[in-house]
Amino acid sequence: MELTLWTYEGPPHVGAIRIAASMRDVHLMLHSPQGDTYADLLFTMIEREGQRPPVTYTTFQARDLGSSTAEMVVNSLRECAERFKPQVLMVADSCTAELIQDQPGALALGANLPVPVIPLEMAAYTRKENWGAAETFYQLVRGLLSRQAPPPGTERPPRDVNTMPSVNLLGPTKLGFRCRDDVVEIERLLRSMGVDVNVVAPLGASPQDLQAIPKADANINLCPEVSDLTCSWLARTFGMPTISTIPMGWGATRDFIAEVAAVLDLDINVDAVGESRLPWYSRSIDSTYLTGKRVFVFADGSHAIAAARVARDEMGFEVVGLGTYSRERARDVRAAAKEYGLEALITDNYLEVEAKVQELQPEMVLGTQMERHIAKRLGIPCAVISTPAHVQDYPARYSPQMGFEGANVLFDTWVHPLIMGLEEHLLHMFRDDFEFNDSVGPSHLGSEGEGSRAKGSPDDSQSDDGAVVWAFDAEKELKKIPFFVRGKARRNTERFAFEHGLTTIEVDTLYDAKAHFSN
Amino acid sequence: MSSVIASSVAEHHPGPQTQERGQRAVFCGLTSIIWLHRRIQDAFFLVVGSRTCAHLIQSAAGVMIFAEPRFATAILGERDLAGMADCHEELDRVVSELIARRSGINRLFLVGSCPSEVIKLDLETAAAKLQVKHENRVRISAFSGSGIETTFTQGEDQCLKSTIAELPALEASKENLIVLGTVSDIVEDQFRRLLDELDIKDVHFYPGRKAGDLPAVGKGTRVIAAQPFVGETARALIARGANLISAPFPLGAEGSKAWFESVAEAYGVDSQRTEQVLELPYQRAKRAVSVHRSKLEGKRIHFLPDSQLEIPMARFLSEECGLGINEVGTPFHDQLVMRAELARLRKDVPMVEGQDLDPALARVRASRPDLTVCGMGIANALESEGLRTKWSIELVFSPVQGFDQAGDLAGLFAKPLAREDILEVGSWS
Repeated sequence: MELTLWTYEGPPHVGAIRIAASMRDVHLMLHSPQGDTYADLLFTMIEREGQRPPVTYTTFQARDLGSSTAEMVVNSLRECAERFKPQVLMVADSCTAELIQDQPGALALGANLPVPVIPLEMAAYTRKENWGAAETFYQLVRGLLSRQAPPPGTERPPRDVNTMPSVNLLGPTKLGFRCRDDVVEIERLLRSMGVDVNVVAPLGASPQDLQAIPKADANINLCPEVSDLTCSWLARTFGMPTISTIPMGWGATRDFIAEVAAVLDLDINVDAVGESRLPWYSRSIDSTYLTGKRVFVFADGSHAIAAARVARDEMGFEVVGLGTYSRERARDVRAAAKEYGLEALITDNYLEVEAKVQELQPEMVLGTQMERHIAKRLGIPCAVISTPAHVQDYPARYSPQMGFEGANVLFDTWVHPLIMGLEEHLLHMFRDDFEFNDSVGPSHLGSEGEGSRAKGSPDDSQSDDGAVVWAFDAEKELKKIPFFVRGKARRNTERFAFEHGLTTIEVDTLYDAKAHFSN
Repeated sequence: MSSVIASSVAEHHPGPQTQERGQRAVFCGLTSIIWLHRRIQDAFFLVVGSRTCAHLIQSAAGVMIFAEPRFATAILGERDLAGMADCHEELDRVVSELIARRSGINRLFLVGSCPSEVIKLDLETAAAKLQVKHENRVRISAFSGSGIETTFTQGEDQCLKSTIAELPALEASKENLIVLGTVSDIVEDQFRRLLDELDIKDVHFYPGRKAGDLPAVGKGTRVIAAQPFVGETARALIARGANLISAPFPLGAEGSKAWFESVAEAYGVDSQRTEQVLELPYQRAKRAVSVHRSKLEGKRIHFLPDSQLEIPMARFLSEECGLGINEVGTPFHDQLVMRAELARLRKDVPMVEGQDLDPALARVRASRPDLTVCGMGIANALESEGLRTKWSIELVFSPVQGFDQAGDLAGLFAKPLAREDILEVGSWS
């Protein structure tokens, strides 16, 4: 039993629904009680979908248990096949149905339905949403393609040099982070390289489209959370190479272009493919204030790793924390964290993440909607870079995260929450001005910044361990330090005092600490 | 049902009534936690369930992470199900952890879910054991919000019902009034002022703002429902000697007037005095509703089953706003609390109890009403087909009861129609 306040991921069957909702001409029959129908609103509300996901729920009740739930499954299956006429019918249990063991997959296979059936095992009590999405996509692809598979050991014929090279874009789904726009951006990028996109899946694909997957020369593992399993099966079974660089940020996009060129054996000048404003914007004088900003990164595996690289190499931030909630990606994130000299935070407990943010006192958080709320409470600027996301993370405008335009978007959205360089300078100059005092937040953050500080952020409260006491003058001096660095100053000074065995902090202690930590 | 203070009018709805069984699209009772935890400010709700339960509550609540919430889920894992871990010991550990974290909690509800019901986890016994351990620190009890037994607002009924045995006994010589069902603080304050003017004393709103606000109950207790989803709790109070006042729900000017009049009548307040007290707020409510009438009059509305508020809302809209009622769907039909409503509802209104989603949606598409009241999962699907909708969950979350909210209530329905008139972008049909 695990105490959970907020959860980063839904249950695995929500992952299955995401695959069904992403595709055309498939239907999912989910054996589940009525409460599970809440999943509809994830799509119609959060992503503003104009239709319900293609799911039929059996919605069994207590009175059906022990007698008619299996019958309900068969009736629902028949109705689904009849009413929706899908090319493929997927069948799964939600958590409660898993316990009553009606085996809807077996029932479906034995029901003589006029439609191919893909049974799914969702492992509700050990797995989560992204695993469920990956497993569903894999079962679907395998179910549709295994009959086409060449005998094991068959050599893949070399690419016909007279045809246009082509790739599949695998992994983008509904309720993914900016998948809609990333697909457009990456398709455009590939086109400009002279590479054709054969199939995009699951997003927008039909089962018939999936059957064309082996025609491409390689697979792009665009959202490994969803497509890793499928890409490696396609590599094993059809000998299709996997392109695994996530093109997020300027450098990674160039690496991606290079990897595509290498895998497809194309002669491509990376500089000629496209360009981003990020490098110049980052070198522009105004961006100097970004230097060394301490950022905390927490997201799904691929977004966390990609964001950390952009943060350090392309924005000039210092990455002070890196982590993920997806245990499936823990190994990769741990390896990435090592490069930044960090120990990765692998947890799906949001209280642990909050404690870590509080401890590190970063100047910015790059995270999910969960971290946005944590940051808001702590008065720290934040940009959302990954699911779990909310309605505002599905913007009307074109807003990719990947490719060269994606790099532009990252620059803008990460800089926006920060106090602008000039504004930071003015804060120093006018900090005693009545209109420009501590209780007024950065103007462009509106009342949000003010609200969180007005409630008294932990920075402003006397530390409660009681080991070190602030002298009156020192406390007064501390108040003169701008609020956005005051928490750090207080923490550093106390640590300095503690390490030097001081029990009282005088004004000099404050400046001794400042000198100590500034080198 | 002698303990019901009956109204003199006919009780059942003689119009077309059907029952549907099929796919339902309604939240489970766990959803009630969203407003219950905000109403009872020192209570904590611990769902014993699956990741789905946790995801449902946070999704239905719109991910409102303003602070550490006063609800959580103890997620059952493989070890719990395989019997490798003793569920009671595990629960003991989780509850101790929780109580240590949250010092301000005076009441803990263990909330049963679909998985905990299916594995027959006895949360009442677990709560009793935990109570012994945490005696004098926090009151612990259990109820079920599972979707195999409850729908959406029924969670509140189960929660309240589970507490009725704890209410102290009312002294034989005394009288009191229990207003049953969560209302917002502002509604409670307005109602208290009016009841006070009617000289009705010792009034308790249940649930109250604090978990310890427990009204006494006995032969001198009168109960009136402020929400339509408290039938089981009302029955439990009747079993303890209370008398239920049958009245329409306090929605709209007429509904509110009838509600207060029913209370006053049960207390034997002079009818002239009642009219005198209610006249001013009643007229004010009528004026406020009339502002929206031009938008609503002559329009047709369709209720898909969701919150149990469908019947009283239909009554308000047809009686006071001039809307035609296409169909009233309701998850289940509780005659006890609904009788005064049914008496006022037009006889030709088709009523459907239960749900079969796809045929129900087909009826909406076929008749194309001006407004459809439905759950959040369905609203945008209908909007994209050019049909205006209203989220039924808003009717539960917003203060809509009483005279001074009557205009707001009409406004909730008028707004989607006003929006259609205003927007000069794209097409809605």
